[in-house]
Amino acid sequence: MKSTLDHATLAEEFNKDEERVDWHDGALWWIRQKRDRSANQTPQWEELREAASAIKSNVISNLHDYLIQFEENLKKNGVKVYWATDAEEHNQIVYSILKEKEIKQMVKSKSMLTEECQLNEYLEDRGIEVINSDLGEYIQQIDNEPPSHIVLPCIHKRKEEIGELFHEHLGTEKGLSDPTLLTRVARKHLSNVFLTRRAALTGVNFAVAETGEYVVCTNEGNADMGAHLSEVQIASMGLEKIIPERKHLGVFLRLLARSAIGQPITIYSSHYKKPRAGQEMHLILVDKGRSDLLARPDFRDSLKCIKCGACMNTCPVYRKSGGLSYHNTISGPIGAILAPNLDMKQHADLPFASTLCGSCTNVCPVKIPIHEQLYKWRQEIVKLGYSANRKTFSMKAMALTLSSPEIYSTAGKTGRWLLNNVPFAINNKFNPWYKQRDMPDSSQQSFGEWYAKNGSKK
Amino acid sequence: MSSRENILAAVKKNQPPLTALPDISIFKVHEEDIVKKYSEMFASIGGLLVSAGSLENVKEQIRMNFDQGKRILTTLPSLSDVAELSDPEADPHSLLDVELAIIEARFAVAENGAVWLTEDVMGHRVLPYIAQHLAVIVPENSIVSTMHDAYANIASEDYGFGGFIGGPSKTADIEQALVLGAHGPLSMTVYLIK
Repeated sequence: MKSTLDHATLAEEFNKDEERVDWHDGALWWIRQKRDRSANQTPQWEELREAASAIKSNVISNLHDYLIQFEENLKKNGVKVYWATDAEEHNQIVYSILKEKEIKQMVKSKSMLTEECQLNEYLEDRGIEVINSDLGEYIQQIDNEPPSHIVLPCIHKRKEEIGELFHEHLGTEKGLSDPTLLTRVARKHLSNVFLTRRAALTGVNFAVAETGEYVVCTNEGNADMGAHLSEVQIASMGLEKIIPERKHLGVFLRLLARSAIGQPITIYSSHYKKPRAGQEMHLILVDKGRSDLLARPDFRDSLKCIKCGACMNTCPVYRKSGGLSYHNTISGPIGAILAPNLDMKQHADLPFASTLCGSCTNVCPVKIPIHEQLYKWRQEIVKLGYSANRKTFSMKAMALTLSSPEIYSTAGKTGRWLLNNVPFAINNKFNPWYKQRDMPDSSQQSFGEWYAKNGSKK
Repeated sequence: MSSRENILAAVKKNQPPLTALPDISIFKVHEEDIVKKYSEMFASIGGLLVSAGSLENVKEQIRMNFDQGKRILTTLPSLSDVAELSDPEADPHSLLDVELAIIEARFAVAENGAVWLTEDVMGHRVLPYIAQHLAVIVPENSIVSTMHDAYANIASEDYGFGGFIGGPSKTADIEQALVLGAHGPLSMTVYLIK
């Protein structure tokens, strides 16, 4: 199911539809602007980011004790706790919980972790049907595609395409593409799903060590509809979702929705602590590479991520290449620094899918130095020989050219001569820079030549 | 070793030296007119705000604005002449036909328009999410400025479930077009009382 094509190739595919690229670019930039307005209206915004980052630093430095404290409190609250080293173990745990209750259908709210674990596929192979209830994720599911954005799962789709999917899967009239009407159809269909599912799985936004409660944030209300109507409630979370105390939620809930979509808070911020009468609650703590990431000083700060998606919305490469071209559940700049930790070879291309402009770092609510990590991953990847051959070759050629004044001067002369006399030798499809661009006109001489002629004149 | 022991051992071995938690008491906002600020915020996220003043006026508003032929449920005995009193023993699945749920907030937050509800005021955990429309009564003197004040209020209170609700449920998943009424209520009205 994982794509074997790299980001550049997949982005090229996305770029064939220029109108779609322009729309995608504009839609995400609009969200970035909403984020800016919202941040600017919030007093002490920069101090809030600083505090959030410091709280997460503390979490990373004391994770062992917080995990034990969280587990103790969960148990006290009547929640059953599980630990999973990897995706396989996580999926087995979910399956065993459902199997014991003879449950064949489950409803699931947004959870990037279970997407990463490919839980739906695992359960479907064992005869259990899973329905994603977040509207965007539902749309992606019926189209058999992963989400392209962690907050806006189908931002790359046009409403006509969604209308076509609804026509095929939900029997709506052909050609219907009005967002309100389509949402009403999904509301009706999923309301019946919520009502009939005995098990509901949610992700976790924040898990409070001090109290053993966990907070789930949505705008649609789908997590609550599923959880409160279920007899078995399951939550899956990565180890890094821990925060020390309940009062720290104040800091994170002020930052999350403002950073994500420019909203002052998500419509629903639900604090789950104990099962209701007649209900079971299960929580799975998943490592899946996180403890390894802790051991990498240059990269461990990426564990601070609260999955707001602000870095994607602002990223010029993401906006113009689409989330699916990252061939990883978490796309965009944050995905490009998280993925190599899990499999450096498979994701060797992702840290190169960036201009290193630093815009991601500027908007990150927990101040992860994303662009610096992208740059450091590039060095790791090249050092370990995982970079694409073409890139390694051109970097070696560049290093040789820059280290020898003679070669540098000859290469410059040759380049200028080619551009001026035989431009088609450079403006052709073998030069990736030429795609979507014309090469600039070249000057007749280099600065060195000009200086030799004019430098001594007063 | 079990996965638990393996994971904890790896975390302990790999986590960096301890850093201190920051002081978050620095986040203070003083609102000149906290009711006005709350009202503006709540309206800006798609909520309907009514300065009702008293419970009597709330009843009047409900009679005027909601179809009395449909199922209206409340957890407040004082509203039992305009609504059916929620039965804590009922099966939550039986609440699907609730047109309007009326509950009282523990408090509200000016900076984002949200109300804080715990399961004891919800009656059923699912009620404020499953009703087609939600009405929440907010005493004006319960409004706090920020989320920091909100958590100072909640302090170490024990509850099974609690939630902030900041407006009608919404989605913009289809081409970023805002649609109110995703899976939760289609509308949310806050009645401010003195």
